[in-house]
Amino acid sequence: MSEDTSTRGPYPAPESASAPAEPANTISRRGALKVIAAGAALGATVPGCAPGDGGSGGSGGSAGTDAAHTELSGFNPLPPSNPLAAGTPTDPDMLAPIVPWEMVLTDEEMRYVAALADVIIPADDRSPAASEVGVPDYVNEFVSAPFHTEQLTQLRGGLAWLNRTASERFGAADFPALTTAQQHEICDLVRFEPDAPEELKPQARFFDAFRDMCSTAFWTTEEGMRDLGYLGNVPLPSFDGPPPEVLEQLGLAGEDLV
Amino acid sequence: MKQAPEYDAIVVGSGAGGGIAAFILATSGLRVLLLEAGRHYDPLRETPMFQLPKDAPLRGAGGSAKPFGFYDATVDGGWQVPGEPYSVADGSEFMWWRSRMLGGRTNHWGRISLRMGEYDFKPRSRDGLGFDWPMSYDDLAPYYDKTETLIGVYGSNEGLENTPNSSPGVLQPPPKPRAYELLTRKACRRMGIPVIPAHLAIMSQTQDADRLPGQLFPDNELARRVTADSMRGRAACYWATPCGRGCSIRANFQSTTVLLPPALATGNLDIRTDAMVREVTVDSQGRATGVHYIDRTTLLDEFAGARVVVLAASACESARILLNSTSSDFPDGLANSSGLVGRYIMDTVGAGVYSHIPALQALPPHNEDGSSGMHMYMPWWLYGEQLAGRLDFPRGYHIEFGGGRRMPGFGAFGGLEPLTGGTYGRQFKDDCRRYYGSFLFFDGRGEMIPNEDCYCEIDPDKVDRYGIPVLKFHWKWAAHEENQALHMQRTFAGIVDEMGGQLLSTVQTDGARAISKGGQIIHEVGGAMMGDDPRTSVLNQYCQSWDVPNLFVTDGAPFVSNADKNPTLSIMALAWRASDYIVEQLRQRSIG
Repeated sequence: MSEDTSTRGPYPAPESASAPAEPANTISRRGALKVIAAGAALGATVPGCAPGDGGSGGSGGSAGTDAAHTELSGFNPLPPSNPLAAGTPTDPDMLAPIVPWEMVLTDEEMRYVAALADVIIPADDRSPAASEVGVPDYVNEFVSAPFHTEQLTQLRGGLAWLNRTASERFGAADFPALTTAQQHEICDLVRFEPDAPEELKPQARFFDAFRDMCSTAFWTTEEGMRDLGYLGNVPLPSFDGPPPEVLEQLGLAGEDLV
Repeated sequence: MKQAPEYDAIVVGSGAGGGIAAFILATSGLRVLLLEAGRHYDPLRETPMFQLPKDAPLRGAGGSAKPFGFYDATVDGGWQVPGEPYSVADGSEFMWWRSRMLGGRTNHWGRISLRMGEYDFKPRSRDGLGFDWPMSYDDLAPYYDKTETLIGVYGSNEGLENTPNSSPGVLQPPPKPRAYELLTRKACRRMGIPVIPAHLAIMSQTQDADRLPGQLFPDNELARRVTADSMRGRAACYWATPCGRGCSIRANFQSTTVLLPPALATGNLDIRTDAMVREVTVDSQGRATGVHYIDRTTLLDEFAGARVVVLAASACESARILLNSTSSDFPDGLANSSGLVGRYIMDTVGAGVYSHIPALQALPPHNEDGSSGMHMYMPWWLYGEQLAGRLDFPRGYHIEFGGGRRMPGFGAFGGLEPLTGGTYGRQFKDDCRRYYGSFLFFDGRGEMIPNEDCYCEIDPDKVDRYGIPVLKFHWKWAAHEENQALHMQRTFAGIVDEMGGQLLSTVQTDGARAISKGGQIIHEVGGAMMGDDPRTSVLNQYCQSWDVPNLFVTDGAPFVSNADKNPTLSIMALAWRASDYIVEQLRQRSIG
């Protein structure tokens, strides 16, 4: 179950309702047919499903995805939004997702978040820094969720500690004002909870949670996926199994590919 | 004079069992009304095929509103359904997954399609535990062939013990194994554990629409025509996007892409969505006359009549409807003279480990999305050990495993600290690159033996938003299951070790900590067991109520055992067999 992220929140409290049953009515066959009108679309065949039938590609994915997609299946693009979805948390519009809550971090807080995110994921020769691909916005989205109030508190406490330590150790105005070496000196205190001094365990847990947020946000961007060498989410005419160089490295050359 | 009912059959529920019933009955020329509690759902228009996690809230993370992630093909469902509570008895743990959409759980299911074997139909005869089915493997085998042919299943015939072959030409070719699957197979071979192609309801090639319909329906022109048209509208898998989101090219099996379109094309089927069935009605002769349902959009109580009623609302929901169908003739609920409605519910035993396999680090980039599901799995292999009494649990499990170079999603590279010592900066980026693709999970899926402590009943103190009394669940695993869960984790630890890897999760020594919660594997079955004696079963082998001959149950409720084989394929094969029987009985006018 690839999308089972195991972040199961608390279950909503069971509701109970007491709507009394209304007197029985009967529905006529004609009445049922009317209700069904929308369902009749199900009977239609897939539009333009024949290979090489053209069409303008699927939605989402890269331009390359769209081209290959069109070529292979030719099915019509999905509509930009889903009129059948209720737009509720349990029936969201998956074709036009929205974040249904307000962002709560201030501009100042976002500046601190960006500075720390770039310490954790700096630019290098393969991909950009965290703040260049929207990681701070994801952190804001995460801690702003109404069910993440504890995470919001933890984040703010952590940012305040970073600024205070910047001031106490280096006389700086805040964490972003430090040199990279100075930022690392502070982060090294809390990089791994088991190694952190007793009085800094909460800050180490904050750092851990922050690193997880950055990691999720960064590696799920197109830039992050490209950096990792994730080559999927594109339609293929056939699945050919691992290429020879992979089998070679694994000592599986000559294995029967069933 | 009594007016003839408007429909020949009402089918309650549009998932695996209801979809098959509606399809077979409608293609047989019967007038069918299909009632679905959830909303209309159209995978062709709604499926987010290539959408990226980054475009979803919280990178598509699961939460209480969408437990399997934002893009999961579940509507108004999960472990809780808004406005539809259930109760769990003190001291019990049970989780009840439902969804409220046309096609039900077939829209998101794992597509794993394993046949029950000959042992699985006669478990009591083999080890004295549980119950035997009132049929044998040979009775159901033709319907497994039909179901696999219709829905499209990839896999191979290996001829292994209690792991049946399909008839020649039925299965589609399995996809080639992924790198981690080959590496795992190599280690398992040294341990004597078979690793063979998995069977999943995903089409690796298009169906032969000129040949297969004639094979399935030699004597039924209407069924042949609508099936051929439906098969021509289905594309083969293009090896991208997770099946759990559903499939807009109809390459995998969903009731909404495979069963309902051809059933509607007959002109014999009406579908009414937003129809929450609460009761089956009976006449003075004790025959089913129809159902009452609440129209979710108006909260009005409606009635629909038919000559035959088929419940396929999901095992526990069907039991709930029967238990709520009380009358002076049936004070304990309908079809319940045995007192067994709601009894002997079962789930699958689940336990697993998570691991890091260094050999898989830093592999040359390559696309291993594949079918999104398993290409290989391990069927149970220790039948001989069990027979010889060398294991402390009586029934088997199979192994599902996965990982590798998946699309990064919520939680990507979270919790790496035990491996990295808490790196950050450029070193952290390098660590993520190196570790990418090197994590594997192993999950056991094992047989549970039905016991008297696992049942559901009506909670007299609570009703749902439709005013319908809700279910209360009772649950208790036995040592059979807990010992099996421990064996799973020990075995997986051995595989990981053999692969030179390290565990990232704990191998428990207390079975109660290793095992999943009741319902958590979402294989709940039983609650209206079939049998060959009306005193000790609710249904006969054709899913027909002993008490009310024109009432049938074709979901997971008729199961009398829950082999390690995931139940959906068997639900469909049983529903097909029952539907053929219904058609025959209506023709002979022996029911309805």
